[in-house]
Amino acid sequence: MNQIHGIDYICVLPEIILTVFGIAIMMADPLFAPKSSRKSLGILALCGAIASALATVAQSTYLSTPGDADAMSKAFFGMVAVNTFSIFFHLLIALIVIVVILASYEYLDVQHINLGEYYGLILFGAVGMMLMSSATELVLIFIALEISSIATYVLAGFRRKFASSSESSLKYFLLGSFATAFFLYGIALMFGATGSTNITEIATALRGGNTGVLAYVAIALMFVGIGFKIAAAPFHVWTPDVYEGAPAPIVGLMSTAPKAAAFAVLLRILFAAASADAFHSAWSWLVWVSAALSMTLGNIGALVQNNVKRLLAYSSIAHAGYLLVAFLGPATGPENGISAAIFYTASYATMNVGAFCIVSHLAGDGERYVTLDDYAGLSQRSPWLAAMLSIFMLSLIGIPLTGGFFAKYYVFNAALHANLVGLTVIGMINSAIAAYYYLRVIVVMYMQESKTDAPVLPVPASLGVAVILSAAATLYLGIWPQRVLDYAVRSAHDLMR
Amino acid sequence: MTMDNTILTLVAFVPLAGALLLLLFPRNDNAIRWGALAISLLTFVLSLHLPFHFDNSKVGFQFSVDHSWIGSPNIRYHLGVDGISLWLVLLTTFLVPLSVLISWHSVHDRVKEFFALLLVLETAMLGVFLSLDMFLFYVFWEATLIPMALLIGIWGHERRVYAAVKFFLYTMVASVFMLAAIIWLYVHAGSFDYATIRTKLATGEIALGGNAALWLFLGFFIAFAVKVPIFPLHTWLPDAHVEAPTAGSVLLAGVLLKMGTYGLLRFNVALFPDEARRHAPWIVALAIIGIIYGALVAMVQPNLKKLIAYSSVSHLGFCVLGIFTFTAMGTDGAVYQMLNHGVSTGALFMLAGMLYERRHTYEISEFGGLATPMPIYATFFLLITLSSIGLPLLNGFVGEFLVLNGAFQAKALFGVLAATGVIWSACYMLWMYQRVFYGQVTVPVNNTLPDANLRERIALWPTVVFALIMGVASSLWMNAIDPAVRAAIPSAAHGMEAAQKRASASRQGQPAALGSEKKSFEVSRR
Repeated sequence: MNQIHGIDYICVLPEIILTVFGIAIMMADPLFAPKSSRKSLGILALCGAIASALATVAQSTYLSTPGDADAMSKAFFGMVAVNTFSIFFHLLIALIVIVVILASYEYLDVQHINLGEYYGLILFGAVGMMLMSSATELVLIFIALEISSIATYVLAGFRRKFASSSESSLKYFLLGSFATAFFLYGIALMFGATGSTNITEIATALRGGNTGVLAYVAIALMFVGIGFKIAAAPFHVWTPDVYEGAPAPIVGLMSTAPKAAAFAVLLRILFAAASADAFHSAWSWLVWVSAALSMTLGNIGALVQNNVKRLLAYSSIAHAGYLLVAFLGPATGPENGISAAIFYTASYATMNVGAFCIVSHLAGDGERYVTLDDYAGLSQRSPWLAAMLSIFMLSLIGIPLTGGFFAKYYVFNAALHANLVGLTVIGMINSAIAAYYYLRVIVVMYMQESKTDAPVLPVPASLGVAVILSAAATLYLGIWPQRVLDYAVRSAHDLMR
Repeated sequence: MTMDNTILTLVAFVPLAGALLLLLFPRNDNAIRWGALAISLLTFVLSLHLPFHFDNSKVGFQFSVDHSWIGSPNIRYHLGVDGISLWLVLLTTFLVPLSVLISWHSVHDRVKEFFALLLVLETAMLGVFLSLDMFLFYVFWEATLIPMALLIGIWGHERRVYAAVKFFLYTMVASVFMLAAIIWLYVHAGSFDYATIRTKLATGEIALGGNAALWLFLGFFIAFAVKVPIFPLHTWLPDAHVEAPTAGSVLLAGVLLKMGTYGLLRFNVALFPDEARRHAPWIVALAIIGIIYGALVAMVQPNLKKLIAYSSVSHLGFCVLGIFTFTAMGTDGAVYQMLNHGVSTGALFMLAGMLYERRHTYEISEFGGLATPMPIYATFFLLITLSSIGLPLLNGFVGEFLVLNGAFQAKALFGVLAATGVIWSACYMLWMYQRVFYGQVTVPVNNTLPDANLRERIALWPTVVFALIMGVASSLWMNAIDPAVRAAIPSAAHGMEAAQKRASASRQGQPAALGSEKKSFEVSRR
């Protein structure tokens, strides 16, 4: 098979759509007057994101006929694989992007950011993230990682008038490129050890043994690179500073979508490529240490934060830790760790992106109102936003009937099936610590009097839709998790095939 | 779809639906108050269906509903009542309308949110008593926390935030252990269903190797012991009670504490009878310490509400004592005492709240001679005080008598020590009553205090009436409680004697340390 078939393009249809819309936005941008609002470009971007979500759904209809499953699964000479695994992440990323664009719609005007490329970069970033979840070729994964990273580096610096935003962008860029270099070095070593950069071929080579110590080093280096992207300890130090300076909707994006994509890559490398017994025991202690460190450092760091963005940054480190616990669960079987991890990414994304939508609205001009003191008495100034933020906080704690509960349940259940009692206990203790600082947000909103003159802007329709979508998804995952979990189990199965 | 298998769903979720309805109301405080009252009364009327159609001759759960909810993990929507939970459900639906009445004017800030949360809390509390699926039970258990913490934290008194956070963290951390135990059981039983797990535990189908039984028992015990609260885990209670708004205190004392004793009976004793018997000595010791300690601390309280709060610690000690005597009589008494305490302490908190509305203080020294300006109020207070200290013909007597009877059957020393609690409670309650109501009016402003008005009297009458009926016609309740209790503790009829034998038989081969502890316990029994 030396030619590219038409169906190959359907395999990357969501990415193509996003690219086309992104380019259209870039080209349309100069047509606007310099200081005018770019709201119409936001609508264009929203259409693009919705179209790519629909394209992903269309892909899944191809998969639903069993005969075509194999024809669809590989494209471009085995560089891209479309199956339930990739579709799950594509859809998740598309939905996150939709919510983020909705949240940005009014935010940009409030912040006086009149730059159309903001939307273009979000779409380009999404292209990279989506490709990360479907690529089965290390080099393509690297390129996708770069596409997504460079877009987010730039987006982090969009509040150009503020030093903190530039600092955020620069820090993210320097440390990020350092980390991707690690990842690239890992790819090179893996190529040296196995003679291939294709996941399937690497898996075969590793299973055969005789790859020497080089392969171990390669996996460790790739873990470092991805560990940076998912903000797992000890590669997490950049997170609070970057999240604090970057525009709030962008933090909502980069704490969820690229993370989800990076977790997809990590799942693919660790489970699809290096699941042979010898390698499993080699990387599992790496993941164990990183998970325990992330949970502990993240939660302890969050305890003393007064800035809501920093608080959520530390919380995202902790959640990366919980997620890594799932990696240690069994690879197959009905209660496997992979599906637990997949479910966790989805549920974490819904609650976190929702929380950042609210943060971005409350921040006000120049993001002045982002400390806990500014949230005091919010329940009186804006009862609905306070109620929604409470749902997200309760979900982050892991209270039943919210997505966060089942996410944690499946993760620790998988860990217990792998007899990781110690790590489960660490996780449980951490969940209890975490309850304190999430609760503090609720306490401040409901039980303290307003301390600032922070104006309560009426909630714009677009933001309202974004918040309600996220809250509905959070509750849906907490009350009827079955469908999403079933899909996650199928995805896990497809990944391991 | 008959009434019998939809009634529990209706009872449990009418308050929640009502709360959502209230949120849609315009911000008209009076309309919201009437709406909340109507919804809570409707729930009460619906719940009256249960005792009238409850079949006392049948053992096991009635009015069951059982639907699949989530496939993995296998969680079912499974509700049902037996003779124990039946009355706790009624107690809940009975107290909520009274709480609404008592908050009529005392809550004037964010009225809509207050009553909505009160109704959400009602659904959560009812769910705890109705759930027969352990996961569902845990969900409702946790769900009571949030509205209660908000009620304390938003509408409470000066140190409300501290009290709310302390209440939340204490209970949540403790219930994590229960969750761990529930998940352990699920992994080994493949089901969260209460009856299934109980059968599998009883037949030994779930192997409790090593110390598994001990850890499971302790996992449940910690969660419930904090809720009851059993000494020394009671420190959240005085804070929460004192800082809570009146309705919060009424429901906290009246219903939430009962969730703890209910859990002890339903899970610790019924699921792990052998473990329960093995650990009975120190649990009973803690219960008796609670009875005496609570009473002594109550005696020296200068603050009326704190006095009532510590009296709860003492009264709940009786419930725990009754349960862990493993006699049918003691456990019957414990269940009955739960209901009594709900009625009488609920009423005491309502009365204290009325005083606070008038004077904005709970300090006993601020009052004195109140019987002169407020004769009707003083009469209500006296009746409830007498019910609380267990005067014959009033409800408290029946419960305490049965518990003490059971305690004497189990071991005379228990009975003697616990009986002193009755004396102590008479001391602190009557002394408090004397200081507040008798003598001359010491603070001039008290002369002008208005007597209980019509709304307050309507709120108090039901409690007084029930205190009397429950005192003279206890069989109305007991006919349902007794069979359920006997089913919950299979060998209850044989008392602790048999219990000890069973426990020692099941313990053969245990290390010597445990054996000696058993021996010392048996020696002290003689």
